Amino acid sequence: MPRFLKDFLNRNGTGPGLVMLGLVLFWTVGLIILPQLSMLDFSFRPNLPPPEMGGPKDVYTLENYKYLVYGPEGGSQAYNAVDLMVFFRTLVAAVCVTVFNLVLCYPIAYYLGQTKGNHIRVLALMLIIPYWINEILRAFALRIIFGETGVLNTILTGAGLFDTPFDFIRNDYALYAGLGYAYILLMIFPIYNVIESLDHNQIEAARDLGAPWWRIHWRVVIPYAKPGISSGCTMVFMLSAGALAAPQILGGPSSLWFTQLIYQQFNDSSDWPQGAAYAVVLLVTCVLLVLGAMRLFKVNMGDIGK
Amino acid sequence: MSAGVGVDLENLWIRFGDFVAVRDANVNIKGGDFFSFLGPSGCGKTTILRAVSGFLEPSEGNILIGGKNMKGVGPNKRPTALIFQNLALFPLMKVWENIAFSMEIKGASAGERRKRADELLEMIALEGQGDKLPSELSGGQRQRVAIARALCAEPHVLLLDEPLSALDLKLRQHMRTELREIQKRVGITFIYITHDQGEALTMSDSIAVMRAGVIDQIGDGKTIYNDPATPFAASFVGENNVFRGKVKQVSGDRVLVQSNRSGELLARVSTANVGKMKEGDSAMIFIRPEAFELARTGTEGDHYVSARVVNEEFEGNVFNIFMEGDGGKEIKVSLPNHGQSFDSHKGETMTLRYDVRNAVAMPAGVLATE
Repeated sequence: MPRFLKDFLNRNGTGPGLVMLGLVLFWTVGLIILPQLSMLDFSFRPNLPPPEMGGPKDVYTLENYKYLVYGPEGGSQAYNAVDLMVFFRTLVAAVCVTVFNLVLCYPIAYYLGQTKGNHIRVLALMLIIPYWINEILRAFALRIIFGETGVLNTILTGAGLFDTPFDFIRNDYALYAGLGYAYILLMIFPIYNVIESLDHNQIEAARDLGAPWWRIHWRVVIPYAKPGISSGCTMVFMLSAGALAAPQILGGPSSLWFTQLIYQQFNDSSDWPQGAAYAVVLLVTCVLLVLGAMRLFKVNMGDIGK
Repeated sequence: MSAGVGVDLENLWIRFGDFVAVRDANVNIKGGDFFSFLGPSGCGKTTILRAVSGFLEPSEGNILIGGKNMKGVGPNKRPTALIFQNLALFPLMKVWENIAFSMEIKGASAGERRKRADELLEMIALEGQGDKLPSELSGGQRQRVAIARALCAEPHVLLLDEPLSALDLKLRQHMRTELREIQKRVGITFIYITHDQGEALTMSDSIAVMRAGVIDQIGDGKTIYNDPATPFAASFVGENNVFRGKVKQVSGDRVLVQSNRSGELLARVSTANVGKMKEGDSAMIFIRPEAFELARTGTEGDHYVSARVVNEEFEGNVFNIFMEGDGGKEIKVSLPNHGQSFDSHKGETMTLRYDVRNAVAMPAGVLATE
């Protein structure tokens, strides 16, 4: 038995230790790894009616991946421009949402983490309570705000800033706002957690040595908060790239999110292998992007768990 | 190195809501001095330091550094550097980056910064340790890095907030000497906050004794110790035996006190209280344990006290003898170790004599409770 396992069992007792291990294994292997492997398997098979599954035609193929790049065979275009566009736009938009969220949440997390007093609890509660409301309802609430005859347009035209209502939905503002808002907590809390443990004296020491506020953040607070920032960014990026409800409800009619394509293939076209291939491409690309970003910002995998 | 400049506190008041943390403080600190604020925790000494460094605006009054009023000047713009109680080194920066942080802010190149950091590392006897992280150094080394980091900013005034309290006893005593030496070498003004009278007495040119937001006395170590101005200063700095009573007779700086339990005692009125004591007033007389000597049993007079030996404590260089005077009055006497022992005298009544110059009288007041 490896040493860490023995230590783990000694620390928690053999019975409870085994239960915990079993649950974690079930969670990761049974609920995550195996289903994903089965999706991976699907993605390499042709779309066959159930009777032919396992038959002679059921062989591994790259067809589904080719489709994403080249489109239907004999199609009019050399590349599957529509799907590829959606794919890259989704990734770029997810990156933008992540950056926007970081810029928005870092000051909030800093304030929450470094200020003392009871009002901090109230503020945290006010951040959490809206999340008691169902995600879809929240998305529709944003629709009411951003709609053509919505609250925002009524105010803006009423104030004379716009002559005609601005279509926030068609221009995707509503979508970005919705995605940003949906994952605010996942950005704030990891950063807040880390910043809360930052000794306030360090900030004062930097100030005392002559540092202006931005340099204090750049040299003292942000390096310290890096694990929290990276874990927040990872979650927000992954979840917005994989979001479905917000794009369905808040997206303009012409702007598809890549997850919507996947959804259509699974559901509308009943083409599971094609959907699986798209999902695998999205997953792998997102993981690679995250790993690349971690490398760029010199973050260790262990820091993410902090 | 920049020369030290003076720091003046003028009618300084600092309030937090209804609580008065500092009450009308007036202090003139000379440039290049090692000045200590000495007092128990909660007496307002750290508040004064934070006000001087600029983290806190005084409610009333002025702080002058080098004659310039610091009102509205932020901590990053003041010619002061603060050493925090927990040092507050930046854990993710290397030691040399920590030291040269103030130069980084001014835009110095990495080469210049490294060079200066190495010079300072040499000064604090940590050559070659610049590439370590603070967590890889020992407590005393970290202490010195914090000093170097503060000195690198070339402050005119260095502020130290109980920087030795986290160290163990041996290291603390060693760092006292070292701090004093560094201060003499760089020649800038040090303002030192401590509750440890030993630290204050050994290092300081001048000491302010504080109690509950009020500065009781300012003076050099010898004055504070030998000629305390208030009962608090007398009982907080060093050990003291206090005799309470009523003034019977005053003549010049001599006062005869009818003590409650030890007969008539003659004492010297402390300099700050000359002319302030008159017949019938409540008075306190302070006699240090080491100011007593044994006298022939049965001798009597106005500078003798008789007491019964209760216990003896051997401290190496001195014997501490705990005695009980009339009415259960506890008296502590420290006698130099000449190889004798007082164990066999337990229960015996002995007579103690003191030099009137070493018995300090003042109007009764609040004692330090410790």
